[in-house]
Amino acid sequence: MSTGTEPETEPEAELTEPGSETDEAALESLLGERAIARDDHLNAPGFVINPNDVQSVLSDLRDEAGYDHLSCVTAQQYEDRYESIYHMKKFADPTDEVSIVVPTTVDNPVSQSAEPVFRTADWHEREAYDLVGVEYEDHPDLRRILLPETWQGHPLSKDYDQEKPQLVTLTEHQNPIQPDHRDAESDTMFLNIGPHHPATHGVLHVKTVLDGETVADVEPDIGYLHRCEEQMCEQGTYRHQIMPYPDRWDYVSAGLLNEWAYARAIEDLADIEVPEYAQIIRTMGSELCRIASHMLALGTFALDVYGEFTATFMYTFRDREVIQDILEDLTGQRMMFNYFRVGGVAWDLPEPREEFFEQTREFLNELPTKVGEYNDLITGNEIFQTRCIDTGVLETEVAKDYGCTGPVARGSGVDYDLRRDDPYGYYEQLDWDVITRDGCDNYARVLCRMEEVEESAKIIEQCLDLLEDWPEDERDVQANVPRTLKPDAGTEIYRAVEGAKGELGIYIRSDGSDKPGRFKIRSPCFSNLQALEEMSEGEYIPDLIASLGSLDIVLGEVDR
Amino acid sequence: MSSDEPRQTIYDSTAPSTDTRDARIGEGVDDRFNSKLREAFGASPFILTKFDEFMNWVRGNSMFMLQFGIACCSIEMMHTYAIKHDLDRFGAGVPRASPRQADVMIVPGTIVSKFGPRMKRVYDQMPEPKFVVGMGSCTISGGPFQEGYNVVKGAEEIIPIDIHVPGCPPRPEALLYGVLKLQERIRNGESSAVVVKPYELEEFGDLPKDELVQKLADQIDDDDLVMRYNWADSP
Repeated sequence: MSTGTEPETEPEAELTEPGSETDEAALESLLGERAIARDDHLNAPGFVINPNDVQSVLSDLRDEAGYDHLSCVTAQQYEDRYESIYHMKKFADPTDEVSIVVPTTVDNPVSQSAEPVFRTADWHEREAYDLVGVEYEDHPDLRRILLPETWQGHPLSKDYDQEKPQLVTLTEHQNPIQPDHRDAESDTMFLNIGPHHPATHGVLHVKTVLDGETVADVEPDIGYLHRCEEQMCEQGTYRHQIMPYPDRWDYVSAGLLNEWAYARAIEDLADIEVPEYAQIIRTMGSELCRIASHMLALGTFALDVYGEFTATFMYTFRDREVIQDILEDLTGQRMMFNYFRVGGVAWDLPEPREEFFEQTREFLNELPTKVGEYNDLITGNEIFQTRCIDTGVLETEVAKDYGCTGPVARGSGVDYDLRRDDPYGYYEQLDWDVITRDGCDNYARVLCRMEEVEESAKIIEQCLDLLEDWPEDERDVQANVPRTLKPDAGTEIYRAVEGAKGELGIYIRSDGSDKPGRFKIRSPCFSNLQALEEMSEGEYIPDLIASLGSLDIVLGEVDR
Repeated sequence: MSSDEPRQTIYDSTAPSTDTRDARIGEGVDDRFNSKLREAFGASPFILTKFDEFMNWVRGNSMFMLQFGIACCSIEMMHTYAIKHDLDRFGAGVPRASPRQADVMIVPGTIVSKFGPRMKRVYDQMPEPKFVVGMGSCTISGGPFQEGYNVVKGAEEIIPIDIHVPGCPPRPEALLYGVLKLQERIRNGESSAVVVKPYELEEFGDLPKDELVQKLADQIDDDDLVMRYNWADSP
């Protein structure tokens, strides 16, 4: 889209507008000749560069202009070209964004890799290669990441034939135990963990090389739950058909948080104003989801560290049941809520309202006691501390390099929370704090989650007060949204919200129809999991398991 | 077993009924012997049954689940195991981490091409007799992801499934019901591994049984089992 129409976009963009005028001029002079055209997105100025300038442009942007967060890499195919988009942000101010657009020809889709500049680009570019088919020069390890090695074609490219049968031979995936072996020369041992293993939180396959009991090399192998979420969303209409899918990305009861990611992107894209009352309900529901999600993280982490089905696990599930009951009253479902609508929420709070308030308040009142219980059980436990303190260390700068977000980054001292830094919903008007910890270890991440639970409770409490006093005739739960949404062709937007695991971003390109031309999901777990290698090399294998648990990955979101 | 009439405990007190026993053998030596089991056996300290039936009864009442989490449904599965729903009440709630120790596998989630072979492997590792509960729409047909390029259209493409529990995801109560139904079928000796898919039966229905088995066996190349993930052409 052209810059001329930009001031007419949503108010949030306008807020950042005055500062970014000068920034854009500075950026233009920084990029100089290398910027061959402009391709602005709704959320950020976009510069088109040549495929072999990627590394120099990105390193200049990081070192000179301070864009130290490579949030996402989107690849897509147009009729006449392939395009890779690098969505860059600042950890200090995520509203300050810039998009670097790298077009390549259809015949020769080769582009320079950004991996030497940002470590996080490694997996993102592998995914782009796997699904879309853009090839990246200088990439250390460009091979398929989500699909099996034997896959033919790139499923999100234009010429992919869905009807063509794909053969996956058993030989390709034969006995995962068989290749466990001792290396005769270097005296190391190769060990598979997963994809079916209780400690991998789903279907993750970790290839490890052991030197004695020490981890010498780790390589997470993902894609065992790649259920084509992006394709599913590209097939659905904006208005109703996409919303059920976000629930299934981060399926640990974090549904509302995910739905908000899509809602925010499409509402900004189609310029829809959400009623304040709906925003409060959204905020409250999302924070309930966050608590449920962190509870599961805590319970399974205790499971990883302590053993099978211990008290902590049962306690966290007891609390989750309470939250799920509340959410079921609110949304009608225990897990896959499908409660948000474009421009609001599906319906108002359940009647009788008093009962709902009472039930929720009761939960909030009991929460401090329960948190105390957890502190007694886990964080105050000496054995637990021995297992967690100073294991799985992820240094601040490394965390930034890997694009870590959410509690993982905040446990490493990165003060980054989109609810505060890139405000949406009703968070700005409420009184709460962002939790950060400097420990950089497994313990810091666990504490971070536990304290976030208390902060979420604070937010819910305030939302309840507001909802209770809201005048009856002003309870608008939905904005007036056209039956069919058809954003202008070529409009592009990248919007992120703070999911349970971190920055959950959605990139949508509209092609003028009622379905997205390209729908890209930036999953926080995907980036966080990459850092596992950094955290566990040189540590014992039980610490690797603990690190994996403290990353709190959800494979549905990693693989999408 | 000792009477055709419904036992007193069904409509009355839940305490062990001792009428019959008291009449026949006098009071028990000790309260410890007045168990439900004793009551089920009646006055006689033994029962006569077929060994098969006894084994089915044992199997149905003591099932070891495989701890097998795949996708969204596994969260509800964990809730079924955990406090409140507590699958263990029905003698089926101790998840085993190793397939070698398990005899029931709940398949909780979407099967994609990369995971299909691995799931088959895990299934193959379980000792006989083994039973499978398919949890959620994805294991029935691929569910909401059916049109995905990478999604296997139902777990039954790969392994035989005894009980399907529909839902996205099914509530823990639904899974409980499914497991109870499976137990019931096992107890009645009705559940056995279905290795031939229904449409294959149709396809080979005319052949005598031995030929059918032979024909299917011939198709399997032990060295390189190939699985096909696009069933658009199948009946």
